[in-house]
Amino acid sequence: MRPTTKGVFPAVLTETFADEATQPFWDAALDNRLGAPKCTKCGTFRIPLTPFCFNCQTREIEWIQLPGTGSVYSFTIVRHPLSPGLQLAVPCASGIVELDGTQGSGARMIVNIIECDVDALRIGDKVEIVFEHLAESESKMSVPRFRPIRQK
Amino acid sequence: MTIKDQAAIVGVGVTPYWKRGQSYPESELSMACTAILAALDDAGLSVSDLDGFAIYSNSCDPAEVASVLGVPEVRFAATTTSGGGGCAGALGLAAAAIHGGMATCCVTLMTLQQLNKRLGGSEVGGLLAYATTSESASPYGGNGISPNAAFTANSGLLSPGHSFSVLTQRHMHLYGTKREHFAEVAISQRENALKRPTTAIRNTPLTLDDYFNARMISDPLCLFDYTLETDGAVAVITVSAERAKDLKQQPVYIMASAHGGTGRWGPAIFRYFQAPDDEFASSGHRPVAKRLYEMAGITAADVDVALPYDHFSPMVIMQLEDYGFCPIGEGGPFVAEGNIRYGTGSIPVNTHGGKLSEAYIIGMTHVKEAVEQIRGTAINQVEGAEIALVTGGPASLPVSGTLLRK
Ligand SMILES: [Zn+2]
Repeated sequence: MRPTTKGVFPAVLTETFADEATQPFWDAALDNRLGAPKCTKCGTFRIPLTPFCFNCQTREIEWIQLPGTGSVYSFTIVRHPLSPGLQLAVPCASGIVELDGTQGSGARMIVNIIECDVDALRIGDKVEIVFEHLAESESKMSVPRFRPIRQK
Repeated sequence: MTIKDQAAIVGVGVTPYWKRGQSYPESELSMACTAILAALDDAGLSVSDLDGFAIYSNSCDPAEVASVLGVPEVRFAATTTSGGGGCAGALGLAAAAIHGGMATCCVTLMTLQQLNKRLGGSEVGGLLAYATTSESASPYGGNGISPNAAFTANSGLLSPGHSFSVLTQRHMHLYGTKREHFAEVAISQRENALKRPTTAIRNTPLTLDDYFNARMISDPLCLFDYTLETDGAVAVITVSAERAKDLKQQPVYIMASAHGGTGRWGPAIFRYFQAPDDEFASSGHRPVAKRLYEMAGITAADVDVALPYDHFSPMVIMQLEDYGFCPIGEGGPFVAEGNIRYGTGSIPVNTHGGKLSEAYIIGMTHVKEAVEQIRGTAINQVEGAEIALVTGGPASLPVSGTLLRK
């Protein structure tokens, strides 16, 4: 396991294992953009992409660039490290983010929420995406995480 | 034509319960056989009567067990899909097989030994094991790690406990459910377990102070909100209602059974978390509960004792809501008012102590307790109990519920 800092869950999967369907997401991630597949017929977003739209059973999709902001739908603070290698990472926030520009359910992202006060994080908090570009990754993986949007 | 009252549980068999890993040199196979033989004996039947395996979570390999025990002919071998959610539903599978004429005597069982493995991901199985569980059910293993695994594997959610913490947090947010409510589930079940010699690990009283002083594992869940981890096996035998009348034990009729869930619940808890808003902070049992009561022709008010799957204490509260013991969102105050206490509550819950305080055999200890309550032989016997509810899950679809009656 790679060295880590408090609150940052070290990526355990360092390759994307992408296929044709998911590659556009990872290509955009390398470029610090959040790409999301949208049903061309009914407009439903689904992340990750599945072979059929769960709303209208259509296959065709188009890739849309989302703003990369959203809100915390729910979360947990992991306090107990399941592996000795996670000792440095805990406490660590993980949860579900609903993305601005989508319909919510069906397109939520399940992510590590970093740079937050684990005792102050709340459902509904506004967050933004941030990509960690893994240097050692042969497939050039960029891991998406979210962090609170600071008051400007 | 439904399976209502068409089959009955006539035998229960069990091994001792051990702390995780301590059942060695027994094996999952030897424990399964021990429990099956004990269940057949309890019913006054023998291996020559057994002809069906109605299981869940692929709990054993019927090919292996039947071969080891010398079962003359297997006529039915099926499992509900996914994991522990199918527990109670497997009893319905047995009733369906018997009522449909495919088998005459079915065993439903779980055997569990966590020696070289640990359910739910940890250093034992490698952090990746849980994180990348393939959504492919192919026996050939699909193509290894699926392309969609990379969308969840690095989230930091590594175990069922982490996932159910996220679910619980949402319930607290929507309804004001509190840790005091989870504590009441843990404390009441501990009290039930204390009177039982079978309690595997947690055999001292639990106070509110103990609860709040326990270490947090994953907010909002602390140590005592988590299930025990134990080894052991439990088996039950089901035959037709007609045949049950002539056997050793008082028949425990399978009044109704249902399993499933909405499509979008799917594998929600474990990988996708994509269930619609109105279902997310629930146990996923609502549609199952509806069909269950319809088949039985009763309501929650008719249930005398409830044995809900309790891998995590908040899931008891959400099931009390979804099975109609209280309105949606009011499960917390409902338990706080003392409603689930044995002896004084309106609906005694997990009178055996459950997974939280007796043993974790993936739901089968609940089936055993439901049978004993209806027989009238339970250690914490609910006076006059005639109808018992037992459930499997929340987990990936299917989740399940079964009603047993006198
Ligand atoms: Zn569509």
